[in-house]
Amino acid sequence: MFDLPEALLLARIQFAFTVSFHFLFPAITIGLASYLAVLEGLWLKTGREDYMDLFRYWIKIFALVFGMGVVSGIVMSYQFGTNWAVFSDKAGPIIGPLMAYEVLTAFFLEAGFLGVMLFGMQRVGKGLHFTATLMVALGTFVSAFWILSVNSWMHTPAGYAMNAAGQFISAGSWLAIIFNPSFPYRLAHTLLAAYLTTAFIVGGVGAWHLLQDRSNPRARLMFSMAMWMAAIVAPLQIVAGDLHGLNTLEHQPVKVMAMEGHYQSHPEGAPLILFGIPNSAGNRVDYAIQIPKASSLILKHDMNAPLAGLDTVPVADRPPVGIVFWAFRIMVGLGFLMAALGIVSLLARARGKLYDWPWLHRFALMMGPAGLVAVLAGWITTEVGRQPWTIHGLMRTAESASPLAAPAVAASLLAFVVVYFAVFGAGVLYILKLMAKPPALNEGAPPKIPGRAAGTTPAVALRPGAPATD
Amino acid sequence: MNFDLTVIWALIIVVAVFIYVVLDGFDLGLGILFRRFPVGRDRDTAMNSIAPVWDGNETWLVLGGGGLLAAFPLAYALIFSALYAPITAMLLALVFRGVAFEFRWRDPAHRGFWDLAFSGGSLVAALSQGVVLGALLQGIAVQDRAYAGGWWDWLTPFTLITGVSVAIAYALLGATWLVMKAEGRLQQQARAMAWWLGGATLAAIVVVSVATPFLSADYFEKWMRWPGMLAVAPVPVLVALASIAFVRSLKAGHEVAPFLLTLGIFLLCFVGLGISVFPYVVPGAVTIWAAATERSSQVFMLWGTALVLPMILGYTAWSYWVFRGKVSAEGYHA
Ligand code: HDD
Ligand code: HEM
Ligand code: HEM
Repeated sequence: MFDLPEALLLARIQFAFTVSFHFLFPAITIGLASYLAVLEGLWLKTGREDYMDLFRYWIKIFALVFGMGVVSGIVMSYQFGTNWAVFSDKAGPIIGPLMAYEVLTAFFLEAGFLGVMLFGMQRVGKGLHFTATLMVALGTFVSAFWILSVNSWMHTPAGYAMNAAGQFISAGSWLAIIFNPSFPYRLAHTLLAAYLTTAFIVGGVGAWHLLQDRSNPRARLMFSMAMWMAAIVAPLQIVAGDLHGLNTLEHQPVKVMAMEGHYQSHPEGAPLILFGIPNSAGNRVDYAIQIPKASSLILKHDMNAPLAGLDTVPVADRPPVGIVFWAFRIMVGLGFLMAALGIVSLLARARGKLYDWPWLHRFALMMGPAGLVAVLAGWITTEVGRQPWTIHGLMRTAESASPLAAPAVAASLLAFVVVYFAVFGAGVLYILKLMAKPPALNEGAPPKIPGRAAGTTPAVALRPGAPATD
Repeated sequence: MNFDLTVIWALIIVVAVFIYVVLDGFDLGLGILFRRFPVGRDRDTAMNSIAPVWDGNETWLVLGGGGLLAAFPLAYALIFSALYAPITAMLLALVFRGVAFEFRWRDPAHRGFWDLAFSGGSLVAALSQGVVLGALLQGIAVQDRAYAGGWWDWLTPFTLITGVSVAIAYALLGATWLVMKAEGRLQQQARAMAWWLGGATLAAIVVVSVATPFLSADYFEKWMRWPGMLAVAPVPVLVALASIAFVRSLKAGHEVAPFLLTLGIFLLCFVGLGISVFPYVVPGAVTIWAAATERSSQVFMLWGTALVLPMILGYTAWSYWVFRGKVSAEGYHA
C-alpha cells in the first residue's frame, strides 16, 4: 500500500518548498527588527524626526512580513510530525527540547512585545516602547539561535547516545549538543545573511526613491545607512563563509566535494572550478573553467595539498552534485557582487556623490532582492549537500519519512503550493505597494487601521481609565 | 528522586493545550461568527477585539505541538502522521485566517474576500481540531512504533460529530467573548447568538458524552460501571450546574459571567476527556510512559519551563490588561 519512494520524493519537495518560503520571511524580519531598533534608538538619541519617519515607514512592512512568517512557521513545526514521523520519533529526544526552548524563549517573547512595538508608543511611553522594540529584535535572534542549533546538530551531530528504542538521546551534556561543531559558523553566517538581506532591500527601496527624487532626505538617509551595511557586512560575510567552508571540510567533506565539483581525487593540488556543467554519470565536470591548484590553496592553504574527491565515496552516499554546485556559485557570486556594491558606495561617498550617481542607484535597485536569492541558494547548498542523510552519517532521509501513501502527500503538496503562491503572492504585492510610496515627512503613523498581522492592534478602550497612557 | 516526570510532562502538555483551546477557542469562534455581523463598524469592532492577542494565542498551539515532540516524540510522530489530512487542513486554514488580520485593511477592494478567508479559515481550523480530537478518542492503528493505517481512517461519523461539536463550542466562546467586549447592537447580536449556541453546545456535549463510552471497553468501564461511575459522576453533575448558571446569567444580562461559565464548561469537558484517555497518549495503543522522551530531556526542559513559563504567563496577562475594556471600530495607532 505504501508507495514509499514516490511518497518520499513528494515529502522532500513539500518540505523544501514550505521551509524555503518560510525562511524568506525570517530573513527579512530578523534584519528589519534590528534595523527598526537602530532607527528608534537614533531617534531617541538625536531627536531627528527623519529617523521616526523611517521607523514608521518600515514598521508597516515589518508587520506584513512578520505575519506571514508566523503562519508559515506554524506549518513547519507540524511538518516534522506529519511528513517525517520516523525522524521525529528517533531524534525527538534531542531536537524536541531545543525547539521547545525556542517556543518558550523566543516565540512568546516576540508575540508578547510585538503589540506594544506596533502601536504602543502613546500607551506606554518612549522608554518602554523602545524596550519592546528591543525585545522583539532579541526574540528574532533567540529564535535563530535555537532553530539553527537544531539544524546544525543534524549536520554535525554531537553529544548523543542511542537508547534501546533506537532513539538519539543526550549522552550527558546538553551544551555539547547545542554548541555542536558547525553551529557557531552557521549562526554567524545566517545572521549576517539576514542583516544583508534587509540591508539590500532597504538600499533597493532607497535607491528607487532616489531615482524618482534625489532630494528626498528620508530616501537619502535609508540609502546611506544601507550602503554602510553593504560596505561593512558583505566583506565580513565572505570571511564568515570561508570559515564556514573550512568547518564543513572538516566535518562534511563530501558536501565540499559536491560544492567544488571534485569528482576525482587530486593527490597533488586540486583545481578551483569556476564554472562548468557537472556530469554525475560521467563523473566529471564538462566545459570546466578552472584555476589549477587554487582549490587546495583555499581549502588547505597549500597549493599542493592532496584533496579527496567523490571517487572515494560510495555512490549511495553522494549528494546530487549539480544542484549543490550551482547553488553554491549563485550564493558566492552574489556575495562578491554585494561587496562590490559596498565598495563602490564607499567611493561615491568619498567623492560626495552618494546621492548623485543614478547608475549606482540602479545597481543598488537591481541588488534589492539579492539577499533573498543568496539566502535560498545558501540553504539549498547546505541541505542538498547533506543528502542522502537527514542526520549526517547516522540517519538517511529515506529512513526518516512517515509511512504515507503517495496520493496523500501529493494532495497536500498541491494544496501548499496553491495556497502559498496565492496568499503570500498577495502579501508580496501589498508589500511592494507600500515600498512604492516614497517615505514622507511625518510618515503616516500606521494608517488608521487596527488590524495587525501578527496580532496586535490595540483597539481603543472606551472605558474611562482603561489604557494607561504615559 | 522518585516523582514521575512523565506524569508532570503529561500535565504540562495538557495545561498548554487547554490554554490554547480557551484562548484560540474564542478567537476562532469569533472568526466563525464573523460574517454574520454587518459589514462596517460591527465587523471592524469584532476584529479589533481579538487582533491584539491572536498571535500570542496561537503560540500556545506551537507550544502544544512542539511540547508533544519534545516530551512524547513517539506520540507526536504517530498522531500527526495518522491525522495527516485534518492537520494539513488546519494548517492551511490558519494561514488564511492569520494573514487576513492584516490583509483586509491593506486591500479594501478585496476586503470581502479576506473576510471570507478569515471566517472560512476559522471554521475549517475549528472543524479540523474537532476531528483530530475525535480521531484520537476512537484510536489509531499502531504497529512497531509506526502508524499502520490509511490516510482516510480518521473519517467516521464520530469524528464528524466531534468536529462539528468543537466548532459550535468555539463559536459559543466567541459569542460570549463579544458579549463581554462589545457594546450596543453588536453586543445584542452576540447575546442572541449565545442563546442558541449555548443550547447547541449542551446538545453536542450530551451527544459526544453518550457516544464516547461505546467507542471502547476501557471508556465504558470508566464511565458506565459501578463503582468507577461514582468517581466520575461529579463531572456531568457540574456541567449541568454550570449550564443552569449560564442560562441565568445570560437572562440577567451579565456581561462577563457567560464567558467565564463557558470557560468552566470547557474545563469540565477537558477533565472528562482526561479521565477517558489517561494513562494513554494515543488511546488504546501507547501510554504516556511508552511515548515519553528520555529522562535527561525531561529534566533539561523542566528547568526551562519552570523558569520561563511564569514570565510568559506574566506578559500574556499584561497584554490582556493593556487591552482590557470595551473595544470600538477605530483602531489605535502609534
Ligand atoms: C534563522 C532563522 C529561522 C529558521 C532557520 C527558521 N525560523 Fe521559524 N521563525 C523565525 C526564524 C527562523 C523567526 C524570525 O523567529 C520568525 C519569523 C517571523 C516570526 O514571527 O518569527 C519565525 C516564526 C516561526 C513560527 C511562528 C512563531 C509564532 O507563532 O510566533 C514557527 C512555529 C516557526 N518559525 C518554526 C520553524 C521551524 C519548525 C523551522 C525549521 C524547519 C523554522 N521555523 C526555521
Ligand atoms: C530555513 C531554511 C531552510 C531551508 C531553505 C532548507 C532547505 C531544505 C531543502 C531544499 C531540503 C531538501 C533537500 C533534498 O531533498 O535534496 C531540505 C531538507 C531537510 N531539511 Fe532543511 N532547510 C532549512 C532549514 C532547516 C531547518 C532549520 C531544519 C531543522 C530544524 C531542516 C531540516 C530538514 C530536514 C529534516 C530535511 C529532510 C528532508 C529532505 O532531506 O528532503 N531544514 N531543507
Ligand atoms: C561570497 C562568500 C560566501 C561564501 C564563501 C559562503 C560559504 C558558504 C558555505 C561553505 C556554506 C555551506 C556550509 C555548510 O553547509 O556546511 C554556506 C551556507 C549558507 N550561506 Fe553562504 N557564503 C558566502 C556568501 C553568502 C551570502 C552573501 C549569503 C546571504 C546573504 C549567504 C547565505 C548562506 C546561507 C543562509 C547558508 C545556509 C546556512 C548555513 O549553513 O550557514 N552566503 N555559505
